[in-house]
Amino acid sequence: MGPLIPNGIIPAEWDSIIALLIGLVFGFVLEASGFSSSRKLAGVFYGYDFAVLKVFFTAALVSLIGLYYMDYLGYVDITQMYVHPTYLWGAIIGGAIMGVGFVAGGFCPGTSLCAVAIGKVDAIVYVVGIMIGVLIFSELFSFFQPLYEGSFMGNITLVDSFDINPYWFIFIFTVLAIGIFALSDKIRASVKKVFY
Amino acid sequence: MRVKNKTNRHIYWNPYFGGFLLGILIIFTFYITGRGLGASGAMKSGVVTIVDAVTHSHATDNDYYKQFISEDKSSMNNWLVFETLGVIIGAFISGGLSGRIGLRVQHSPKITSKRRLAFALGGGLLFGLGAQIARGCTSGAALSGMAVLSTGGFITMLAIFGTGYLVAYFFRKNWI
Repeated sequence: MGPLIPNGIIPAEWDSIIALLIGLVFGFVLEASGFSSSRKLAGVFYGYDFAVLKVFFTAALVSLIGLYYMDYLGYVDITQMYVHPTYLWGAIIGGAIMGVGFVAGGFCPGTSLCAVAIGKVDAIVYVVGIMIGVLIFSELFSFFQPLYEGSFMGNITLVDSFDINPYWFIFIFTVLAIGIFALSDKIRASVKKVFY
Repeated sequence: MRVKNKTNRHIYWNPYFGGFLLGILIIFTFYITGRGLGASGAMKSGVVTIVDAVTHSHATDNDYYKQFISEDKSSMNNWLVFETLGVIIGAFISGGLSGRIGLRVQHSPKITSKRRLAFALGGGLLFGLGAQIARGCTSGAALSGMAVLSTGGFITMLAIFGTGYLVAYFFRKNWI
């Protein structure tokens, strides 16, 4: 039963090779979906290209449905999965800062790496920017520490936070996403085309 | 063939197809490793390694760097760094197959490339800072978090996109 490496079914020595292969597919899919272009990515905020919204939410839904289905069938134990921890204010403020960075720079870290791989100079500068941002955070860590370590709520899921049934949540989320996809096509049709 | 490549350079996959494959990859990643994908983590490892090489005592005195430094192995020897190397190779293959490789600055015709680069640097700086505060970026916190219904993942996703829409007006000249 999965996960395979933590349960010792695949020896841990394979970790780095598997990491490289997973990254390879990740990079290929992102680049082939057009995520190496900052102008395509930024389109989601101006309504001229909703590729980010569609790829992102399709991926989230497919993985959510797939993992819960595999858990239901007994191939994987969902409670053994690493759940990203919730630091309430860190998530809100960090996310807000990333949102500004996204619109200003037109990339997020993963997509900027794809753009670096195909030679976009703006992406190289963006990655340098990220590293400067990390440096600033680390050097001023005592200032950010209360925010970084505060309001910790544990490795909680929406099931713990709101006491909801995960299957119903996934179903409603899926219906909602399909509605948003349809709406995004309507919006795109009414917005002035941008060529890039 | 060459002409065909030139005209089709900006034709990308159907976004639902790309999203579907990405979702399958996330399931596979969780199934094998029990964790999700990531991107900003490798850049953090890069910074830690550089600071550690320049001034080791400063790095071990800092409460943040020292979490990622161990005496018996390099801070570059971790899962996310290998995964990120894979991302670069994978994107290079995809870009190469579609004829998209070339050194250039991509920007709207309404702005200069200098302005584009200045905003790219500033945007990257903010994203790097925010990703440390939220303990992950769009891949590690938002996407991989959402795949297992992490509350923090959903909050980070809403904060990134919500703020993006809020401030988009002020950056419109750069894009439209």
